[in-house]
Amino acid sequence: MARDLLKDFHQTAISAEGPPMTEVILRRFLQAILVVFAMSLFVFVGIYGIGNPVDLLVPEDMGPAARAEIISHLGLDRPLYIQYLTFLGNVLQGDFGNSFVYNTPALQLIMSRLPATLELAVAAMIISTIFAVPLGLWAGLRPKSISGRSIMVGSILGFSLPTFWVGLILILVFSIWLGWLPSSGRATGTVFGIETSFGSWQGIQHLLLPAFNLALFKLALIIRLVRAGVIEAMQMDYVRYAFAKGVSDRRVMLVHVLKNIMIPVVTVIGLELGTVIAFAVVTETIFAWPGTGKLIIDSIYQLDRPVIVAYLMIIVALFVFINFTVDMIYLILDPRARARMVGTA
Amino acid sequence: MRVTLPFKAAAAPIAIEGEGEARPERVPRSSPWRLMLREFYESPVAVGALAVLVVLILAAVFAPWLTPQNPYDLRSIDLLDALLPPGETSMDGMVFHLGTDGQGRDMLSAMVYGLRVSIGVGVISCLIALVVGISVGLAAAFFGGWVETLLMRLVDLQLSMPSILVALMLVAILGQGVDKVVLALVIVQWAYFARTLRGSAMVERNKEYVEAAIGLDVGRLRVMFTHMLPNALPPLIVVASVQLASAIALEATLSFLGLGVPVTEPSLGMLIANGFQYLLSGRYWISVYPGLLLLVLIASLNLVGDQLRDVINPRNRR
Amino acid sequence: MTAEPVLTVDNLQTHFFTRAGVLKALNGVSFSVEAGRILGMVGESGSGKSVTGFSILGLIDPPGRIVGGSVRLKGQELVGLPWAELRRIRGAKIAMIFQDPMMTLNPVLTIGTQMAEAIQSHEPVSRETALARARDALGLVGIPSPEERLAAYPHQFSGGMRQRVAIATAFLNHPDLIIADEPTTALDVTIQGQILYETQRLCRERGTAMIWISHDLSVVAGLADEICVMYAGCIVERGSVDAVIDDPRHPYTRGLIASVPSRNRRHQRLAQIPGMIPSLLELPPGCPFRNRCELADGACAEPPFETREGGRAWRCIHPVSLRARAIA
Repeated sequence: MARDLLKDFHQTAISAEGPPMTEVILRRFLQAILVVFAMSLFVFVGIYGIGNPVDLLVPEDMGPAARAEIISHLGLDRPLYIQYLTFLGNVLQGDFGNSFVYNTPALQLIMSRLPATLELAVAAMIISTIFAVPLGLWAGLRPKSISGRSIMVGSILGFSLPTFWVGLILILVFSIWLGWLPSSGRATGTVFGIETSFGSWQGIQHLLLPAFNLALFKLALIIRLVRAGVIEAMQMDYVRYAFAKGVSDRRVMLVHVLKNIMIPVVTVIGLELGTVIAFAVVTETIFAWPGTGKLIIDSIYQLDRPVIVAYLMIIVALFVFINFTVDMIYLILDPRARARMVGTA
Repeated sequence: MRVTLPFKAAAAPIAIEGEGEARPERVPRSSPWRLMLREFYESPVAVGALAVLVVLILAAVFAPWLTPQNPYDLRSIDLLDALLPPGETSMDGMVFHLGTDGQGRDMLSAMVYGLRVSIGVGVISCLIALVVGISVGLAAAFFGGWVETLLMRLVDLQLSMPSILVALMLVAILGQGVDKVVLALVIVQWAYFARTLRGSAMVERNKEYVEAAIGLDVGRLRVMFTHMLPNALPPLIVVASVQLASAIALEATLSFLGLGVPVTEPSLGMLIANGFQYLLSGRYWISVYPGLLLLVLIASLNLVGDQLRDVINPRNRR
Repeated sequence: MTAEPVLTVDNLQTHFFTRAGVLKALNGVSFSVEAGRILGMVGESGSGKSVTGFSILGLIDPPGRIVGGSVRLKGQELVGLPWAELRRIRGAKIAMIFQDPMMTLNPVLTIGTQMAEAIQSHEPVSRETALARARDALGLVGIPSPEERLAAYPHQFSGGMRQRVAIATAFLNHPDLIIADEPTTALDVTIQGQILYETQRLCRERGTAMIWISHDLSVVAGLADEICVMYAGCIVERGSVDAVIDDPRHPYTRGLIASVPSRNRRHQRLAQIPGMIPSLLELPPGCPFRNRCELADGACAEPPFETREGGRAWRCIHPVSLRARAIA
């Protein structure tokens, strides 16, 4: 995907002015809403159509009378489309039902765990960007050198490392053998009234291993993206032209090349944030990080269905929201994007 | 006599149309497949990876004949041998080169059998996804119009969702089991194949002979199967190699989370998960060795796929 | 012919070391340009025109390399100069205009930034000063409301306007020489005329020497003072435009002229040069044109030497006009 994005990016040279910005934003927004609706339908059909909703929504250890009462109370005897509308109505009001395990509203439960996950995901993205951009730049400028090739082979290894296994190795090395960092849990401190891991040294220590673990996979992706972008940009006429103007190597790299590839890179980093939030499931399980990922796995084990539904819907909505925001940032960053986006929309 | 050449007159370019000045890298082509093969062999890393891959696949296929122990056969396992470090000897004199797990199983044997499950699940899901993806891609290219739009939107939607999220969603809805995992892997992967096939089909479709054939409405199906499909094959192979790697990784992840294949047939991911509880007490070998094997498997697949991509699309190489 | 040439190129050889073999893009190219004069360089695609331009600036990418010869700018040898010193010459003493105006301007930087950096790379001036000079330069090439245009991005310009920006940029640092690599090929004929006129005027006014690379003989004939005809990495004929066009000596030059449509020969069939330029990978010894030349004989298998006469030169052992005169 990343490579396509770059290709698309370099090939376009549209001189036409696009339609007004508001129209583009509106169109994108409607698309985003549509995706959320599609996903709600998917989740609904999955749970009410394929699975047995009674099993899903009613705790198993209930008597038949209580069961029947709950079925009629939940409206499970009514036609499917009415059920969907009811489901949708409840979801729109933020009502996903109560967790069987914690007996608190599922939404509330997820919201209380979300900051930990977001914190982890953002930390991971920052770590991978800090490492990946310089490495990718280097590998792109010297694709045939030994160091450039090593970075590439290394990035394939990074691509191939199973995230969960790396987590175990990190614990083995840094917690058990070296004893430098804690292997599980989260510690917080308060900064500006927000409770966060960044608030205390202890919190940062707890954050380091899981964040690095989560960063590793994206690290490889961003290295490859930056490298491909640099190689492509270096062959562009505008780079040659910049050299022909006598512009210094450093300025060609940092302004002409980097600014051009930063647009797709920022876009991909933004899009990957959503993936990282989803993949946090694994890292949170290993490091016992009290985020949504740990919650969803526990909920699947314990068949806590309302929480599962709420998690899926909220993560999808979050994901779509991130994509939408990234699209908008892309629009602002790339002076030519407006015309093109409407062209493909 | 003076030949007047007013420069505003419609100029007849003397140039033979070409892409600018002399550009190197025009090699006379023999058979494209043979050429690809030759270029593939130019990377020692990729050739090494391919060799490793072949060895792993052979080991998985012939596991029962290669391993010192059948890890599923309870009679051959002695609980007294549990948690032995690598190199220890069992009560009856058998050497555990990679140690034993909590049940006293030989890790080496368990790993080779785990490899079997991992590769099996990966390959089966990948093949089904390939068939589904090709069908969807061909249908989109064949019907065009709103069918194409709808199918491709579906592909986009599918691709925009992280694989782990989709897999979790499916496992949460469907429950666990090998068939469920395979289904989840197929759903996660088919869209990549569909998009790849349709991409190649689009390129083909814009060629004149295909347009002509479609315009005449003769043999549209034939054009698809004789021209579009073979042309889509090289990129599909690349995607398949990379997807196989990611399918194996995803299955391992699901198994590690306890949502994948059942405990009775442990895949590599499950073995690693089993070792997790012993890791904290320093018994590293139960998790580390299966993980290394998984890493080697996925990495060699990716390395082969990466080189294939470079061979097929030289644009990425320079 | 009395003035000291601004640029002297002598026996320049640039080869590309590809997997398939050594591609000899330039096989000993020699010419010179004087201040305020325009040298037209014509030839087919692949004849080495652009490679010549990039070789002068030292901008040949690997696997290409200058393997021999010399390029002297006002006496200073450029071949073998370190990259950092070449950088100080590029854009300051020798500027270049590229072929495709759509691709040469960086799409994500404003015109102002891209012009100002050309100045600031060579002179320690403030951005404001640089932008002011850029604005004046834009006015000079006929871009309306240059002040606002500085803040615009390339995609907001038409092709012709972009090429004007490139021309304005080239003149920014008052270079001794401008290399224009087919700058009008991608443009409409009317725009092409305007651009040619503007460039010619600026060169004359400022005494800037120029190398105008084109595959279009009619453009060069109308614009240039001198002409070099390139074929397969060699200059096969050079001299003043009048001499070369009126009285071509090399059969290839004659073929080129004959294949340009003209009003005088309306109902005749256009002459063609049969065949194609040979592959530069396996260039046979002897005259590279001989397999397409109707005058070729066994003697052409020997490498042709350069014959000089007055201010002109050609590389052929059976020059056209001499033979015609001998028969007459």
